[in-house]
Amino acid sequence: MELELRGITKRFGPLVANDGISLSVAPGQVHALLGENGAGKTTLMNVLFGLTRPDQGEIHIDGKAASFRSPKDAIAAGIGMVHQHFMLVPVFTVADNVTLGIEQAGPAGLLDRRKTRAEVRELSHRYGLDVDPDALIEDLPVGIQQRVEIVKALVRQANVLILDEPTAVLTPAETEELFRIIRQLRDGGTSIIFISHKLKEVQAIADTITVLRRGKVVGQRTPPATEDDLASLMVGRDVQLRVSKEPAQPGDVVLDVADLTVAGEQGLPVNGLSFQVRAGEILGIAGVQGNGQTELCEALMGLRPAAAGSVTLNGRDLTHASPRARLRAGVAYVPEDRREDGLVGTFSVAENLILDTYDRPPFASGVNLKLPAIRANATALIEEFDVRTGSPATAAGTLSGGNQQKVILAREVGREHKVLIASQPTRGLDVGSIEFVHRRIVEQRDHGVAVIIVSSELDEIYALADRIAVIYEGRITGFRDPDVPAAELGRLMAGGADGGHALELGPLPEMGGAATPAAPETPAAPETPAAPETPAAPETPAAPETPEPPEAPEAPEAPGDTASQEES
Amino acid sequence: MTTPPPATEPAATPPPAAEPDEQPGDRRSFGDILRLAIQENTVTITVLALVTATIIGGLLTAFTNTTVLTAWGNFFSAPGNAIGQAWDAAFGTYWALFEGSVFNPHTVAALFQQASFSAAIHDGFLSAVFNPLSETAVQATPLILTGLAVALPYRAGLFNIGGQSQFIGGAIVAAWLGYAYNMPFFVHVVVCCVGAFVGGAALGGLAGEIKARTGAHEVIVTIMLNYVMLYFLAYLLSSHSLMEAPGGSNAITLPITSNAHLPLLAGTHLRINAGFLIALAAALAVWWLLNRTTTGFEFRSIGANVRASRVAGMNVERNWTLVMTISGGLAGLAAATVILGTDFTLNPQSYGTYGIDAITVALLGLGRPGGVVAAGLLFGALHAGSPGMQVATGTPVQIVQVIQALIVLFVAAPPLIRAMYRLRAARVGGLSTTMSKGWNA
Repeated sequence: MELELRGITKRFGPLVANDGISLSVAPGQVHALLGENGAGKTTLMNVLFGLTRPDQGEIHIDGKAASFRSPKDAIAAGIGMVHQHFMLVPVFTVADNVTLGIEQAGPAGLLDRRKTRAEVRELSHRYGLDVDPDALIEDLPVGIQQRVEIVKALVRQANVLILDEPTAVLTPAETEELFRIIRQLRDGGTSIIFISHKLKEVQAIADTITVLRRGKVVGQRTPPATEDDLASLMVGRDVQLRVSKEPAQPGDVVLDVADLTVAGEQGLPVNGLSFQVRAGEILGIAGVQGNGQTELCEALMGLRPAAAGSVTLNGRDLTHASPRARLRAGVAYVPEDRREDGLVGTFSVAENLILDTYDRPPFASGVNLKLPAIRANATALIEEFDVRTGSPATAAGTLSGGNQQKVILAREVGREHKVLIASQPTRGLDVGSIEFVHRRIVEQRDHGVAVIIVSSELDEIYALADRIAVIYEGRITGFRDPDVPAAELGRLMAGGADGGHALELGPLPEMGGAATPAAPETPAAPETPAAPETPAAPETPAAPETPEPPEAPEAPEAPGDTASQEES
Repeated sequence: MTTPPPATEPAATPPPAAEPDEQPGDRRSFGDILRLAIQENTVTITVLALVTATIIGGLLTAFTNTTVLTAWGNFFSAPGNAIGQAWDAAFGTYWALFEGSVFNPHTVAALFQQASFSAAIHDGFLSAVFNPLSETAVQATPLILTGLAVALPYRAGLFNIGGQSQFIGGAIVAAWLGYAYNMPFFVHVVVCCVGAFVGGAALGGLAGEIKARTGAHEVIVTIMLNYVMLYFLAYLLSSHSLMEAPGGSNAITLPITSNAHLPLLAGTHLRINAGFLIALAAALAVWWLLNRTTTGFEFRSIGANVRASRVAGMNVERNWTLVMTISGGLAGLAAATVILGTDFTLNPQSYGTYGIDAITVALLGLGRPGGVVAAGLLFGALHAGSPGMQVATGTPVQIVQVIQALIVLFVAAPPLIRAMYRLRAARVGGLSTTMSKGWNA
């Protein structure tokens, strides 16, 4: 089926979400729609799926104009959509979910379950989906639930399948599986529209890439396009995917964490962990999500009591200090969960910019808030950090993720500080914001601040760290220089002892995101390798050829780039 | 087939930014649900709720009226009469409420029939003109203060259902200081008011402290403290050796001395007294506290996001205790205005229904000091007007309570009001969804 969109325009009030967008999707093709948040990707797909009507433009199917009043029409025309958030009934079986809405009754008016089950089994077999029609949805992992959504579309005879940010909820291994399925569907003649803002994924899977920016098509590429090229198309200017930074010039030890132990609901999420950070260096703490990073940060901020060990800042013992005492002592903190821990969503940007300095001069004298000073501060920081907000009085919760992060960063580095702790600082941000945040963090280092970056994105660690510590089950399994091969880090993240061999490991690593084929020339499917005993880095090489960091002998400049991101 | 909801990636739809903040789902406590109900609320919804409650209240008055019912029995022979009767009954009721609470034209007519103006003033005819307003203010005073006692902690994320216990705490102290001591005029009133504030604050602070130390939910704690104080008051009034007035078994204290009375504001014929000014001043103070001080900044921050407040170094527990202490004091002040302003004795019924009405007032006032004053005045007017209404139209006083309850019902359930009016909007003008979404804007 040949699908063509011609001059689609959709306005919401003064905002033009789609501005004369034309594109065509050939049968058996994976067509990626690449764009930052707010570029109009989802609006366009909602138009295509009949959820919104375009103000102008036409949809042509096999050369004939089609008009979709509702998703019903779109489905009848052979278009299927897998939403970012699944539309499944958790307590129903896979088969029941698939048949929901198109139930077929037998002669006695009873549900004909057998037919659906057979259908699901057949599709599952044909595309290697591995979906059991009798499983309950709530028992299935997210990746399988997504496949149920795909089956739903296929049962409804979809020839064009729209996948809206399908990898946002998947682990890297699940992403690989999804890519395999997409390729099989494509080879079977189904067209796929793959919506994403992740450069590497798009490169790995797409046959054609259409880049949207501010509601317009700004370019079309085929996969050999470089990431820099795609990124600058997306953002509208040249983006440095790799922050350029001078070698670090470490000074004295600022923060000294010794044998820190934190008790959790069960066990010890942080278990006798030690490290030191010097002024003017960035320590990157790498690790698979859930190995004590959150608890470590909270303990460093005094939000969780330390069961043992010590935290010393410039010789001052802070082990049992309150959060406020630590902030006053010069710890700046960019929390992992920016909406829950970093901002008060209903507060204005101006109020959020003084959230931890509201009771000190110049913002307060006695108990009185000094509104003019608060306003002036907001105006200055908004300008300096390029926060895109209507006014200082705008509620912070309505800003985009990138701008929220800028508000937090502006607040934290805006006051006097000696240490900056940033946890997952660019999670869920778009390329432009990532570049901005990374630049600011390096800038802090250059001003002599001791910086700790906690990240589960290898790319980010490589981009920023002057020294890498790997955390596994609440312990540091090793310190490395930033030119360490990714495979070595992967081994440490899987619990491999310093110089020993990898242990077996429960959860799948989130590392490297969809970083699959770092080299664009080899976008092939690495479905196979990943030797079982090193699941730490399944989709990074694990294959014979020398792994990741090739062209970086001159040090911190690291390989993989900062572009790949995880949606929170 | 399944119809997926419209927007899956909000960031890409019109308003340029906006990732959805709320994570719906998981279990929510009663308090959270109530809080959400208020948060979801807006001025538009409130106005619509008032209008709707008024209309339904009018229908109720009309169709509980025997004359109207008889007329409707003959609907087919005289439909005009039936509708007319219904209108008269409803309108008459509301008019009587208005006369009792705001302004009664007859009193003005009477004023001008007097021989001389000075005689009119002397005989109380001028006072009669202003009596409805005075009564409204008197009724509104404790409602505003207890309403503030709910609204303030609400802004800090706490639900104070303990207005009643804090009111009783304040009333006990105010009455005891009032009858057991003799002090100079102005000093005595001030001492009694401060005492009442402290009495209420002690109970509010206790609930806050329990929450801060043990994490016990403040809704449960305050409700239970209501019972404790209710029976404690009954106990105090049960024995002559405690607070019961000697020489009787009436469960009532001695009257407080006249020096402890709140000064009247408009002559001896009108009951309006300094308590009303206290209530207005308290509303202003709460507004200032919330919006212009570092303490209020902490309250609001904690109310909006406890976790971020902790990360920002605020001491959440201490603020819980503090805000409950202040609000308890406000409820104690409400008791002072009743004991020192209108009742002059303490009896087991003194606390009335202020504790519950306070929630209503705070809800209707959207948790804002100005809103609380407006809501307090409205409910004060309903209270003030209802006796006259019963006399004039035979409509039972309870209808006022029904109207109140309806207002609260609609205010507390914005989706209900929204659904009702979206329906109407769609039927009349065929407005698009975006327009009807505007109802909650």
